[in-house]
Amino acid sequence: MGVEGIGARVTRKEDKRFITGKGKYVDDIRLHGMTHAQFVRSPHAHARIRSIDPSAASAMPGVVAVLTGAELVGDKIGNLICGWMVHSKDGSPMKMGAWPAMAPETVRFVGQAVAVVIAETKDQARDAAEAVVVDYEELPAAVAILDAIAEGAPQLHPEAPGNRVYEWSIGDKDATEAAMSGAAHVVSMDITNNRLVPNAMEPRSAVAQYDAADDHLTLWTTSQNPHVARLVLSAFYNIAPENKLRVIAPDVGGGFGSKIYIYPEEIVALWASRKLERPVKWTADRTESFLTDAHGRDHITHAELAFDADHRILGLRVHTYANFGAYMSLFSSAVPTYLYATLLSGQYVIPQIYCEVDGVYTNTVAVDAYRGAGRPEAAFVIERLMEVAARQLRVDPAELRAKNFITQFPYQTPVILNYDTGDFHASLDAALKAADYAGFAARKSASAANGKLRGIGLSCYIEACGIAPSKAVGSLGAGVGLWESAEIRVNPVGTVEVLTGSHSHGQGHETTFAQLVSTRLGVSIDAVQVIHGDTDKVQFGMGTYGSRSGAVGMSAMVKALDKVEAKAKKIAAHLMEASEGDIVIEGGEVKVAGTDKKMPWALVALAAYTGHNLPEGMEPGLKEGTFYDPTNFTYPAGTYIAEVEIDPDTGKTSICSFTAADDFGNLINPTIVEGQVHGGIAQGIGQALLEGTIYDADGQLLTASYMDYAMPRADDLVSYTLTQTNTPCPGNPLGIKGCGEAGAIGSPPAIINAITNAIGHEHIAMPATPSRVWQAIHQALAAE
Amino acid sequence: MTTVTMTVNGRHVSADVEDRTLLVSYLRDTLGLTGTHVGCDTSQCGACVVHVDGRAIKSCTTLAVQVAGSQVTTIEGLSTGTELHPVQAAFRDNHGLQCGFCTPGMIMTSVDIISRHGAHVDEATVRHELEGNICRCTGYHNIVKSVLDAAGRMSVAEAAE
Repeated sequence: MGVEGIGARVTRKEDKRFITGKGKYVDDIRLHGMTHAQFVRSPHAHARIRSIDPSAASAMPGVVAVLTGAELVGDKIGNLICGWMVHSKDGSPMKMGAWPAMAPETVRFVGQAVAVVIAETKDQARDAAEAVVVDYEELPAAVAILDAIAEGAPQLHPEAPGNRVYEWSIGDKDATEAAMSGAAHVVSMDITNNRLVPNAMEPRSAVAQYDAADDHLTLWTTSQNPHVARLVLSAFYNIAPENKLRVIAPDVGGGFGSKIYIYPEEIVALWASRKLERPVKWTADRTESFLTDAHGRDHITHAELAFDADHRILGLRVHTYANFGAYMSLFSSAVPTYLYATLLSGQYVIPQIYCEVDGVYTNTVAVDAYRGAGRPEAAFVIERLMEVAARQLRVDPAELRAKNFITQFPYQTPVILNYDTGDFHASLDAALKAADYAGFAARKSASAANGKLRGIGLSCYIEACGIAPSKAVGSLGAGVGLWESAEIRVNPVGTVEVLTGSHSHGQGHETTFAQLVSTRLGVSIDAVQVIHGDTDKVQFGMGTYGSRSGAVGMSAMVKALDKVEAKAKKIAAHLMEASEGDIVIEGGEVKVAGTDKKMPWALVALAAYTGHNLPEGMEPGLKEGTFYDPTNFTYPAGTYIAEVEIDPDTGKTSICSFTAADDFGNLINPTIVEGQVHGGIAQGIGQALLEGTIYDADGQLLTASYMDYAMPRADDLVSYTLTQTNTPCPGNPLGIKGCGEAGAIGSPPAIINAITNAIGHEHIAMPATPSRVWQAIHQALAAE
Repeated sequence: MTTVTMTVNGRHVSADVEDRTLLVSYLRDTLGLTGTHVGCDTSQCGACVVHVDGRAIKSCTTLAVQVAGSQVTTIEGLSTGTELHPVQAAFRDNHGLQCGFCTPGMIMTSVDIISRHGAHVDEATVRHELEGNICRCTGYHNIVKSVLDAAGRMSVAEAAE
């Protein structure tokens, strides 16, 4: 490890602009002649639009246009798509309800856009939007999962009888039943995974600019994957062909999955900009974000885990209802299927697993991937079952887990995935030690002496990252390949530009990607510029989600660097009259091993561009590109331990300590990795203790501001104890696994296991608010 | 419309604004100081924190006309020249930011916390005082570390003066 290379804790290159207020986010963009969009949104969860009267609004000051869903459909703007086809167990394709960017006839969730006002200023647009008169015929709404699948429930889409998107399954049903039939012990649970709102701090925003002279559109947007946005806008929404559409995602203020998707507002901004020949800007306010950003999680599950008399697992049976909201968002179909059920084996040898997932439409906003996406839901199911099983079997939860750990790799689970490597005992042991598990009994007694209930909870998670081998996901229904691209451009003076299809919205790519170049080419990280997020600069890329930028994005860079290095070595060997195999590149110099011959890196680069003295037949220049397609998922895993103290009089849970032992393989920048874990844990604790998304029976979102939705704040949390183990990933050249989501995946079961351990009552729903904990304590007391 | 005059980052500025214009809109749209952000519109998240006459306030729920005659400091005016303010430097050195969106407000609030509580501010106080600034990326671990580090640096700087 050099001072700036792989493994170094360098400070981030991108920080200077953020700490001085010079970041450039979409809402910071101001264009000449720019107009402002304000959407008219449905106040009803389910209604037919009888009429829209824009006349009063159109006459208001500054109003440029009022446009409706009917006009949008009339201009043949395509319906929103779901890009991953999932089939039901009977072989039928998932049932897709039509989703126009603005509703022409029927609205199916509160907040759905029906019209847009374009005005000279934002305030004028807001004032006029209030004057658009929409006459609705209210329809009964199906809001909660179980209400939507009940007999006689209001139906959302004619295409989807019974509000079912699909009835999917994985695993061998009969074999699982046979495996579980003779079990000595079966633990059975009903589990709810609460609905969450991703809440990136930067609200979504879009600026669209139409250039009539060139018939060309530019979109600045808050996106995690601008190339996917351009592809979808071109191929499905009829906005413009790809060569006539540039998509730029500049500084983006967090995503967590919610900025993967191409939303109606971007489509409308582009369409309106072309129609009006004016730039159009839209920025969500926070309540619009709550109402229209894709939500996450929202499962109802029944699960059974069977053990033999020796406490070894025999089989797992799971049935999950997954809420999709009113429409199928871009990757939603894959989340409760291929990103969820495939992880149900956890860290354990489970001979048979069978899981059924029923996808359900409800009159709520769409649900799609949110940090972890399916994997937190899977970890919660298996880790709650293991904890409860240990309590019922009266064995130590750590011992029960360890007894069932997978220890031989590669390991083929019964649910598609093939774990390439891991050492689950190592991370468990590291966590137990760091958390002083052995000293818990004494701490519990001390708490009891103060009238407090103390609990400890474990969670041994595994997840699948580095999404994904294109062929594999293609065979499972994905509409795209999930490779990544990279281009390395060495300038004539030896400085380097990295063009990547990954997108940084907080992950620190400008630093970590430069660290890789520094290690390989011996240049300072200040001599490296990382370029991303612009379809005019980077040819194509799949973006950042699923903790894929290191494992896939940087692997693409490695392949491009291999080519650059090979060519540079050929040039240097030629110039120094040495053998190519003897050339080494380090510390800004290119040397002939075993001699004192050397030349500066910059002169090799210059030689490539002057072309005066290159090996026979070699093209000038030093620039190489690659597309890298992974061969497998990567499998980060670890053990998290939460210790909590509960005040039985109020039900308030205080976190005493939170310990994480993660195995992410090799680390590029440990400081940035730790930061990712911190943030993930906070979101996981948020899910476990604070965050609840509540729609009332009529489909009104009651938690649509930060005064109603409990975001984790500094005084809700503690400083975390982090430690790492390392089994390098064998599937990619850097041996890295990905660290972006682990915190959010591993922490909710650890917290709930700690609470239930403290109160001696297993049934507590997330978020475990003081009132729920207080009630559970009293139910436990009543049962005694 | 009302003519509003104030000093922003040491610069005397005057403009006609609607009475309903928020201070954050005035800073961002009229003066082009886009370092101050809007994250929630309800004075919960603190992305919009600026200093008015030396005190941290939330500019998304303050009218521009309310601060007429005041001294306003935004993130752009916190440091002078090329030298970073100790709180800015501490956020960078402790990885106290990821996406950067909440960062200007976090830094402006942190400066205010340290100026009120001094160099020996403890973690519990920092966590309590940061309650009005929401970050979704960092889990606050490194933000708290940054503020404590900055408090130490500022005390050293004060001692050196």
